[in-house]
Amino acid sequence: MSRYGGEHMADEGLSRRRLLTAGAVLGAAPLAPAAADTLTGRGPPWQANATAEPDAPKGGTDYIFFTGPEHAFVEAAASRMIPKDDLGPGAIEAGVPLFIDRQLAGDFGKASDWYMQGPWAKGEKTQGYQSRFTPAQMYRAAIPAINDAANHQHKGDFSALKVADQDAFLKGLEKGDIQLSGGVDAAAFFKMFLQNVIEGYFSDPLYGGNRDMVGWKLIGFPGARYDQRAYVKTYGQPYPLPPVGVMGRPDWNRG
Amino acid sequence: MATKLPKTDVVVIGFGWTGAIIAQELTDAGLNVLAIERGQWRDTANDFPTTVAQDELRYYWRHGLFQKLQHDTISIRNNSAQTALPMRKLGSFLLGSGVGGAGVHWNGQVWRFLPSDLQAKSHNTDRYGASALQADMTIQDYGVTYSELEPHYDKFEYICGVSGKAGNLNGAIQTGGDVFEGPRAREYPNPPLDMPYAPMLFAKAAGEMGRHPFPHPAANMSRAYTNPLGVRMGPCTYCGFCEKYGCGNYSKATAQTTILPVLMKKPNFTLKTETEVLKINLAPDGKTATGVTYIDPSGATFEQPADMVILASYITNNVRMLLLSGIGKPYDPNTGEGIIGKNYAYQITSSVNVFYDKQILNPFVGAGALGMIINDFNGDNFDHSGLGFIGGGYIGTLQTGARPIETHLTPEGSPTWGSGWKKAVAQNYLKTTSISTHGAVMSHKGNYLDLDPTYRDVYGRPLLRMTFDFTDNEHKMSDYLTDRATEIAKAMGGREIKVNKRAGSWDVVPYQTTHNTGGAIMGTDPSTSATNKYLQSWDVANLFILGASAFPQNPGYNPTGTVAALAYHAADAIKGQYLKAVGKQMVQA
Repeated sequence: MSRYGGEHMADEGLSRRRLLTAGAVLGAAPLAPAAADTLTGRGPPWQANATAEPDAPKGGTDYIFFTGPEHAFVEAAASRMIPKDDLGPGAIEAGVPLFIDRQLAGDFGKASDWYMQGPWAKGEKTQGYQSRFTPAQMYRAAIPAINDAANHQHKGDFSALKVADQDAFLKGLEKGDIQLSGGVDAAAFFKMFLQNVIEGYFSDPLYGGNRDMVGWKLIGFPGARYDQRAYVKTYGQPYPLPPVGVMGRPDWNRG
Repeated sequence: MATKLPKTDVVVIGFGWTGAIIAQELTDAGLNVLAIERGQWRDTANDFPTTVAQDELRYYWRHGLFQKLQHDTISIRNNSAQTALPMRKLGSFLLGSGVGGAGVHWNGQVWRFLPSDLQAKSHNTDRYGASALQADMTIQDYGVTYSELEPHYDKFEYICGVSGKAGNLNGAIQTGGDVFEGPRAREYPNPPLDMPYAPMLFAKAAGEMGRHPFPHPAANMSRAYTNPLGVRMGPCTYCGFCEKYGCGNYSKATAQTTILPVLMKKPNFTLKTETEVLKINLAPDGKTATGVTYIDPSGATFEQPADMVILASYITNNVRMLLLSGIGKPYDPNTGEGIIGKNYAYQITSSVNVFYDKQILNPFVGAGALGMIINDFNGDNFDHSGLGFIGGGYIGTLQTGARPIETHLTPEGSPTWGSGWKKAVAQNYLKTTSISTHGAVMSHKGNYLDLDPTYRDVYGRPLLRMTFDFTDNEHKMSDYLTDRATEIAKAMGGREIKVNKRAGSWDVVPYQTTHNTGGAIMGTDPSTSATNKYLQSWDVANLFILGASAFPQNPGYNPTGTVAALAYHAADAIKGQYLKAVGKQMVQA
């Protein structure tokens, strides 16, 4: 032991991550002793039952963040961004709206990793995101503002418009041509929403989107395959294996 | 009131690559070393085993391994006329956090700088005349030579088990390696990785144009490897999750997979995690560090006395720590006076996509530093006469793994959403590759770091403020590289190409590269540099400042090889010279 060993052994507490992990795995069960924050002479610490498992959303298919008008918009708009067509399933079939719902209900929605202290200013484009809205607040503010604008233009909520009108409206949002009330930057919201739709289509199925790996199958991405050594030098040859996710494959998991 | 603790020999601030290197070396010399890391302990088995590591949403888009900006960020602006605003979410660069630092989520691209890169000012002035340097360019020589660093580059490459092919063995040029590199004493420890189709298409086209393609040196194992410390790594499985991810397979060199299994067993080494150094304390004369003050997870503060302080955090954190501790004279861009914060630099990147009709490239097969490269247009490997810029960069096709949220390239004119977008993505995903360019950024009078006057971190301390933009030198150089890449792209036999130049001001939003440099630069003169060539502070003789903050300007290579070589160079000097004359400057100014 060095002269410092044991002086500040962190039996005062688990590390935050391990505390969170333990909570996620064990629910309210008593917390097991965890790695000390002061490490001396014992080699790299390892902790049983402390693998940093992904923060997978709870099951079920009910919306927990979106209200009725909100999910009506999200479903309608996402189905225009990635439609079901002759190439295969789109955003709805992939579960993208539910994916976004769970993301907004979680850490992403709260911008819990972002720097969200004021003062606030619009800034230059090169200074990036400067909205005081968290993603959850952004969706909450944007959707009624979008429906207001849609009603103003077409006398109906976005979800009630003809698809051609929906497409034109989305293009107006994308370009920032449509002004939204409530302090919402239309182009900034569109950018975030489109990014979330693409995330829901191509992320690991454990987050609720990319259901049955339809996004991966569309393009030929094999997912979380750990050993590709046999396929490095198969120049020009199609890849032979189906995709797999962190949870495995549907045909492994379904009895 | 901080609780005063017993003295230790050495305190290391930050525990990424450089912290691990210096702690390993100085504990070998018998010193008691305490490393303090504000992030968490993390290691392969618990934190990114293969069962969870390959998760694009979690690790890239939700920043699983990166610095949490809510704790502290930097403020940014392109020039002094703008008001800096905080970087509210990560984009252009991906700061690390926790044990291993950004070295956990790096690609493993290990380069040596060119001998002339280390003498950028004298070399370019000698060859092209002083007028070749743009007005307000503030480049300097590093004050250390390639031959001085060669053994230390070698040491790091062997610690990491770099897979590659030498191009210059003791002056003898080797076919198939990088013929432009400085002479190396011996071959890489491991042979090159297996090369996929797309990099071979690039290499064929480049070679037929008279360029000199070679495999990128990679800290991804091409075979099982035992390093000089006796730590074993496994062969890379080309899973395509290196960059932005932890390796679940012990195949990418990180502090965890190369040094920590040995260091963490030493009785004279202690690591404190989730403990943050708030400042470096100075003796009343301001010339000696007495230790550090840190805060633990409960919010209690402690004063940790030490005979020697090693500042080994990320470059932005190094510079901020110096400014917050009142060490050195802050740089003033109006007068050009002062040192700390000066010569902040970055890198400038561009790309050219090549779309094929038939060739299936399987771009998801990948590794962090897997690819073929040319250095024909890096550094001063080509005649810059009449070009209007100095510096250069490498050009190559790297296949790091096409994770689909990030990489779903579509041809020019494709829609950005809707059925047209979906069709373009589906048609092109397996049959598209890119040539990237990775260019130098010289230092300029107006690009610098200081403390923000407005924004604060969770402890109420000022954020670091970054004032930076690309200048004419960078744009001309990057356009030149992009044109050379475009020539090769056109010869690669695809259906069409798409050229993505880097136009306009530096933008914090799109990811570019986590190669921030400068602000506590090394040199030969205390009036123009913060440290001597051993990274010993000119102001505080028992303080050493490791990392890319030492770079006077940023060459066209990834920085980690040189960051590590400089750390080993410093460690050798501490062991061989400093400990014989403790508290003395090793270089007389």
